[in-house]
Amino acid sequence: MAARPGSPGPTQTPIWFWAIFAGLATLGIALLFSQDHAPYLSKYPRDWIIPLRFWISDAMYWLVKEFDLGLFTFKELTRSISWLLEWPLSIANNFLATGFTFSTEPGASVILPPAPWIAIVAIFGLLAFHLSGLRLAILVTGCFLYLAFFGQWHSAMITLSSIVIAVPLGVIIGFVLGITAYRHPLFEKWLTPILDLMQTVPVFAYLVPVLFLFGFGPVAAMIATMIYATPPMVRVTILSLRQVPEELLEYGNMAGCTRGQLLRKIQIPAARKSLMVGVNQVIMLSLNMVIIASMIGAGGLGFDVLSSLRRLAIGNGLEAGLAITLLAITLDRLSQAFTDRPQHSHSPQGRSVIGRYRLSLIVLVILSVSWFASRYFPALGVFPESLQITTSQFWDNLVKWINVNFFDQLEAIKTFVLINIMMPVKRFLLKTPWVIVVAVIGLIGYRLGHLRLAALGVALATFIAATGLWSKAMVTVYLCGVSVLFAAFIGVPIGILAAANSRINRITQVVIDTLQTLPSFVYLIPVVMLFRVGDFAAMLAVIAYSIAPAIRYTILGIQQVPVHLIEASSAMGCTRSQIRWRVQLPIALPQIMLGINQTIMMALSMLVITALVGTRDLGQEVYIALTKADTGRGIVAGIGVACIAIIADRFINQWSRKKKREFGLPV
Amino acid sequence: MSTPTPALHLRGIWKIFGEGANSFLKPSDTHPTDADLNRAGLIAAVRDANLDIQHGEIFVIMGLSGSGKSTLVRCMSRLIEPTAGEILFDGQNLLAISEKELIEMRRHKMGMVFQHFALLPHLSVLGNVAFPLEIQGVDRGAREQRARDMIELVGLSGREDYYPRELSGGQQQRVGIARSLAVEPEIWFLDEPFSALDPLIRREMQDEFLRLQGLLHKTIVFITHDFDEAIRLADRIAIMKDGAIIQTGAPEDLILNPATDYVAEFTRDVSRSKVLSARMVMRPVVPGEHLDETLAYSTKVQDLADRIVHTERQIGVIDDDGSIIGVVDRQSVLDVLVGNEPPRAD
Repeated sequence: MAARPGSPGPTQTPIWFWAIFAGLATLGIALLFSQDHAPYLSKYPRDWIIPLRFWISDAMYWLVKEFDLGLFTFKELTRSISWLLEWPLSIANNFLATGFTFSTEPGASVILPPAPWIAIVAIFGLLAFHLSGLRLAILVTGCFLYLAFFGQWHSAMITLSSIVIAVPLGVIIGFVLGITAYRHPLFEKWLTPILDLMQTVPVFAYLVPVLFLFGFGPVAAMIATMIYATPPMVRVTILSLRQVPEELLEYGNMAGCTRGQLLRKIQIPAARKSLMVGVNQVIMLSLNMVIIASMIGAGGLGFDVLSSLRRLAIGNGLEAGLAITLLAITLDRLSQAFTDRPQHSHSPQGRSVIGRYRLSLIVLVILSVSWFASRYFPALGVFPESLQITTSQFWDNLVKWINVNFFDQLEAIKTFVLINIMMPVKRFLLKTPWVIVVAVIGLIGYRLGHLRLAALGVALATFIAATGLWSKAMVTVYLCGVSVLFAAFIGVPIGILAAANSRINRITQVVIDTLQTLPSFVYLIPVVMLFRVGDFAAMLAVIAYSIAPAIRYTILGIQQVPVHLIEASSAMGCTRSQIRWRVQLPIALPQIMLGINQTIMMALSMLVITALVGTRDLGQEVYIALTKADTGRGIVAGIGVACIAIIADRFINQWSRKKKREFGLPV
Repeated sequence: MSTPTPALHLRGIWKIFGEGANSFLKPSDTHPTDADLNRAGLIAAVRDANLDIQHGEIFVIMGLSGSGKSTLVRCMSRLIEPTAGEILFDGQNLLAISEKELIEMRRHKMGMVFQHFALLPHLSVLGNVAFPLEIQGVDRGAREQRARDMIELVGLSGREDYYPRELSGGQQQRVGIARSLAVEPEIWFLDEPFSALDPLIRREMQDEFLRLQGLLHKTIVFITHDFDEAIRLADRIAIMKDGAIIQTGAPEDLILNPATDYVAEFTRDVSRSKVLSARMVMRPVVPGEHLDETLAYSTKVQDLADRIVHTERQIGVIDDDGSIIGVVDRQSVLDVLVGNEPPRAD
C-alpha cells in the first residue's frame, strides 16, 4: 500500500514498531526471571504509592467539618440542598405511595390515602392512548397491571415518585447548563472534560461522596441519580442548539428578537425533537440508577432487587427486576411517543379552552372519583392482597431443578472457560511487569497518534500504578477484555447477519432495544441463578449487558458501505462471501471498532456492579469504599476505572479516525 | 440619475475573519494586500466595499459563491459586524447604534428573505407571518389581521393554517416574503431568495417579485449568483469577486462597458437585445430631421426590433418629458441583434 500524498506516514505498521515491541517483550520475560535485580520494575513498590485516597478523604472531612463559606458553612449548604429536595420528593411519595398524613410525627395516621392504583393505571393508559394510540395504551396498562397483580405496586410507586422528581430536575439542570455552555464557549471548555470524566467514572464511585455529604436516604439517592442522569442532557442540549439552522437564527435576529425571545421562540422549538432525546436519556439513566441508588437509601423496587440478590432469593429478585424493566419500558415508550407525536399539520377545528385542558380535566376527574370510591370500596384504592399472585416459588424451584439436573453440565462449561481462557489471561496480565505494560501503552499510543496520545496513555497508566491499584486494575482489564472479546465474537457475526437480512435485522433491533432498556443489575439475576458468584458469572452478565453496541455498530458500519462499491464488486464477479469478507468488512471495520469501544465502556461500568457477585477488581474496591463510606478510596478507584476507559476510548477512536480518513469515509 | 440622500450608504466596509482581525485593520487606514492578510492568517470576506443604494431601487449584488456577497448583505444589517467602515442608514450611523436601537431598527425598518426560507417549523403560515409582530408585542387580533393581508398579497389565501413542511418550496418562499413585509420595512434584503427553487418556479417567483415591487416601491438589496436573474430584476447591479466590488452600474452599463474581463465573462452570453434599451443604441438627432414615430428611451431593443427592422424610417427616442433625445434606425438595431460591437452612447 502506498502512502497517499498528504496523509501522514505510511499506513503499514513500520518495522521499528515491531522491533521495539519485541524488545519490550524480551525485557518483560527477562524481568520475570530475574526479579531480584530490579523488583521495582516488575511490581510497583509499596513505598512509592501516593496516598491520594487519604488526601481526598481528609479534604472531604475538612469540607464537611470545617469549611466555612462566610455566611454559612458547607455543611449548612448541603443540609439546605437536601431540605429543598426533600419537599417535592416527599409530596410525590405521599401522593403515589404512602398517603398524606399532614403531620411531621412518625406514625401519624394517614388522612388522605395515596392515589388509588386504579386511577394510576387509568391515567397512564389514557396518556398512552392520547400520545400514540391503542397499542401503546395496552402495553402501558399491561405493565402497570403486572405491578398490581404481582404485589410490586407499593415499591414501584416509591421508585416512580423519585423518578418523577429526579427526571424533571435533571432535565432542567442539564438544560440550563447546556444553554450556558452553548452561549459561553469558555464555560463549555471548562465543562466538557468534567462531563467526560463523569461519564467514565463508574456510578458507584460518586455514590461515596454523595453518601458522605448528604447522608443515607432517599434524598441522597435522588441526588446521586441526578448526577448520573444529567450529563447526557447537557450534551444533548448543546448539540441540539447547535443544530438549529444558522438561517433561523439570522432570521430571528433580523425580526428583532431579543436574546430571550430568540431562545424561547426560535431555538427551543426548533430543537424540540432532539432535546426530547435528551429527556428520554435522563429517564432511562434514572431508571438504570434505581437499584444502585438503593444502596444509599432509595428504597422501592431497587431495594427489593438488591435485598433479594443478597439473600439469593432468585424468584423475588426476578419479579422486582422485571417490575423495574417494565417501568423502564413504559416510561421509555411514553417519552418516545411524546417525541414522535404527529407533527404539526393544519386541522379544521380550532382548539377551545376546554380542548386544550381536556386531558388535565379528565385526570382530575379520574383521581377524585376513584379517591371517593375507594372510601367505600377499598379494593379500588389499594390492590387487595388476596388477588396478588407470585411466581417466585416457581423460579426458585426451576433454579433448584436446573441445578439438580444440569449441575454437571453447567459446571463443566464454567470450568472449561475458566481454566482454558480466563485464568491464563488473568495470570498473564498480573505477571507482566507494570513497566512493560506502561511502555507498551506508550508505544501503541505513539504509533496511533504520536507524542500526545502516548503521553496521555503513559500518564494514566502510571497514575493507576502510583495510587497502588495496579493489580486490581489488571483484574478489571482482564475481566473487561475477556468479556468484550466474547461480546465481539458473538455480536459482530449477529450484526453481519442482520445487515444482510432485513427480517433478522428487525428481530435483532427489538432484542437490542430491550437489552438496552434493562437496568444493568437485572443481568445479574439469571447468571447468579445458574452459575452462582464468581468471575464466570460476572463475565456472562457483562457480555449480556454490553453486547448491544457491538451489534448495532456492525449493522451500521456494513450498511454505510457505499452501494456503488458493492455494485462494482458484483460486476467484477465477486461471490457474496467475497463481497462480505473483502469489501464490506474491511470498510466497515472502523465503525465496528467504534461499537467495540462502546462495548468496552459499558463493560467497564457493568464491572463495578458485578463486584456484588464477588469479583476482585477495581469494582470491588469501589464497593468496599461504599460500604465503609471511605470517600478517598472510592474516588481513587473510580478514577482508576476512568483511566482504563479513557485509554481504551482515545486509542480506539484515534485508530478508527485514522482508518476512516484513509478510506475517505466521513469521520 | 440624480443623487439625493441614499437609503443606504456604505463606505470602506471591510470584513476580515480570523484571530485578531479587529486589531489588524486598526493601526493603519491603508488597504492591506493579499500578502499582508495571508501573513496574518486572515481571510477578507469583504474588501473595501463602497455603495450607495437609492430609495426605491432594486439593487442587485451579484457574485459567485465565496465572493462575499452574503457577508456584505449581512454587514448591512449587522448580522455580521463589519471589521471596518461606515454604514449610514437614512443618514444614521448604523455601526454606532446600541444593541437595543439595533433591535428596534430591525423590528421596524428592515425585512429579510432567506435562501432556505428560514420558516419556523412549529408555527403555521399565519403564525410565521405574524411572528415579527408577535415579538414586538402587537396584540393577537391586530397582528393576525396584518398577517392575513400579507398572505393575501403573496397569493396564499386559504393556506393560513398550513405548516411549512406542508408547502412547496415556492409557497414557502412566498411565506418568507409575506413575513418580511409584515412590518412594512423601509429596506428589504433578499439573500438569494429564489436559488433553492426549480428553474420554472424561480421564473414565476421573479415575476411575482417584480409585481410586488410595482405595488410597494421598497428599497431593495437583492443577492444572487445568477447573472440572468440580476439583469432581469435589477435597476443597478454590483458585481463582486473575492470580496471586492469590481463594478457597479445599470445592467446596460455592465454589458456595454464591462470593467474587467471577469465582468465581460458574465455578459458574453447575455442576449443584448433583452438588456439594451433604445437610449443605448440611438444616434444624436441631426438638426432639422423629421421624425414621424417615437418610442420611449427605456424600450428594450428586443421589443422595438420588430417594429424597426421592417421599416426604412428613422424613429425618434423620447425621454420622460416627451422631448426627442435621439434617433434609432434599422442598422443600429441589426447590429445589436447580430452581435456586432454596439455603438457607444456618448
